[in-house]
Amino acid sequence: MIWLRLARNVRLGVKTLLLHKLRSMLTMLGVVFGVSSVVAMLAVGEGASREALERIRMLGSNNIIIESTKAAEDQNAGNRRINIYGLTYDDADRIDQSFARVTNVVPVKSLKREGRLGRRTAELRVMGTTPGWFELVPRPLVAGRRLVDADVESLSSSLVLTEHGARKLLATEETIGNTVTIAGSIYEVIGIVEAASAGSVETPDEQEDAYIPISTARQRFGDLNVTRSSGSFLREQVELHSILVRVDGDDAVEGTASGIRTMLERFHKVQDYNIAVPLALLQEAKRTRDRWNIVLGSIAGISLLVGGIGIMNIMLASVTERTREIGIRRAIGAKKIQIISQFLIETVVLSVIGGIVGIALGFAIPWAVTRFAGMPTEITAWSIALAAGISVGVGVIFGLYPAARAANLDPIEALRHE
Amino acid sequence: MTLQPVENELIRLDNVRKDYVIGDQAVHALDGVTLSLAAGTFTAIMGSSGSGKSTMLNVLGCLDRPTSGSYTLDDDAVSELSDEDLSEIRLQKLGFVFQSFHLVPQLTVRENIELPLYYQGVDREASAKRAETLAERVGLGERLDHRPNELSGGQQQRVAIARALANTPRLLLADEPTGNLDTATTQQIMEILTDLNSQGATIVMVTHEPDIAKYCPTHLHMRDGIVQRYSGPGLRVQGLDPEDLDERFAPASVATAGGSS
Repeated sequence: MIWLRLARNVRLGVKTLLLHKLRSMLTMLGVVFGVSSVVAMLAVGEGASREALERIRMLGSNNIIIESTKAAEDQNAGNRRINIYGLTYDDADRIDQSFARVTNVVPVKSLKREGRLGRRTAELRVMGTTPGWFELVPRPLVAGRRLVDADVESLSSSLVLTEHGARKLLATEETIGNTVTIAGSIYEVIGIVEAASAGSVETPDEQEDAYIPISTARQRFGDLNVTRSSGSFLREQVELHSILVRVDGDDAVEGTASGIRTMLERFHKVQDYNIAVPLALLQEAKRTRDRWNIVLGSIAGISLLVGGIGIMNIMLASVTERTREIGIRRAIGAKKIQIISQFLIETVVLSVIGGIVGIALGFAIPWAVTRFAGMPTEITAWSIALAAGISVGVGVIFGLYPAARAANLDPIEALRHE
Repeated sequence: MTLQPVENELIRLDNVRKDYVIGDQAVHALDGVTLSLAAGTFTAIMGSSGSGKSTMLNVLGCLDRPTSGSYTLDDDAVSELSDEDLSEIRLQKLGFVFQSFHLVPQLTVRENIELPLYYQGVDREASAKRAETLAERVGLGERLDHRPNELSGGQQQRVAIARALANTPRLLLADEPTGNLDTATTQQIMEILTDLNSQGATIVMVTHEPDIAKYCPTHLHMRDGIVQRYSGPGLRVQGLDPEDLDERFAPASVATAGGSS
């Protein structure tokens, strides 16, 4: 019964609004633009941050990445003949044994070397690692297979290229089984995996990676690395260039990371390592996204405010214009609350229709942005719900004052109004 | 000293005052009126402008509340009621006819007549039927879907009368109902009102034209916010004796005209 009555009131409201089609339409425009900018801005913001979050996720949110670095106070240890620093095999073993929630520890030796396939050469980052790498840095397999435990145990000469590296060497699927020469040693290409996407976030893998068993890498390259730089030889001894650690849940990331930090502090005299926690980056990125959403949302909110004021303005004019009608209705016996609901329904109808058009436009704008500007956009359900809620809210809030003013008119004065 | 109520009393005013402040001057629009009016009467309230007749109508019509004194309508002490309750009284017991018709311009004849029923919450079918009956009764059965601006003044006023009757009011109030109409139409409207009265409706009408007042059996003359004199059946005023019906206002001519609309 109450719904029937409401439906009837809404129908009457629509009818009244249709009496002034142009005016109603112009009034609605404010809400249309407000709502569409809310939806569109949130979609653009969401799309941009989604992309950033996706990149961070590629780091693995349950991973902890420890990298060897030259200790700050040891940077210019030129008087020493060999510069020894960084993570060790012992570190990797200790981490593996000490933390209950660590599921996987992947040691990595990383060396820049030139690889040659047939007559093509390319600078590769040779990564001596274990099969665990491919679990912690999951990349789809393009062809062949990944490293397995047997490769490590047998010190095999297996080599997994990235798609990008393969392209540089002009390697194709048919290349699998062929040999690549690196630093005088021969390796058999057993597989190709997809490369990390080039982006601002540093993933553990790079585009020109070539993966070989860590045991093979240790045997063939040793731990001493000699590079020539500006006329002199630079001797560095580094056992492991990085250690990737995976824990069994988001909640264990921080505790384990600080545990590892404490442990490494005990065994390293200087800080010649760096611990990175992708989850922290992820949280930071989420905070950034929230901040952006607030900024963009506020801008959209201001345009909605302007739209709402437009509605209020027109409704106030309408109340003045219809003073006599209000007087008539009051004389007939309409209660204040009925006058309020009449005007409120009109504003809510206006703002809701404006909201619907605005949401439609809010879908169109991000589509156009993606289509023509190539930016990723993402329309979320909550932004639609927000826009819908806001449009009703605008109608109620900005309709309330004009409606109350109409209801509080003195019926006798109102009837006399010309 | 209380006024003896008339038989079948519908309206009772006890020392009703209505003061306005205009600038720094207090105006006594009603200066202590005590009267009793019976149901079924047809009363003309007369007086020059500023005599308080419009204020009287507004108070009787529950649009205005007296500054002091009490007003009892149909056993309801309406001078005590809140704005909302007064609205309810207007909705259930009163009907208004105004000088400038006061139809809602964007609504059709049908919708205008249905307006009180809409606020009463009468269901649409019953409401539509009632609107049709009333439109027939005022001779506008064919014009239900027209808008007010498509009608002549006389037709608009008939719609207004139909609307005022929609809730079967206990009291019909008319404020110069023929003020904007020509002589022929005036006669039509007055005949409708007379006819309604003969069927039992209680009508109070404000007019300043003696020609119009002569349709009414009961007269009440106001001056400076008090009743100056009165005449006719069904009315008693504190401190005054009824006068004989003025020759000019004799409703003799109406008696033959009435009942033929």
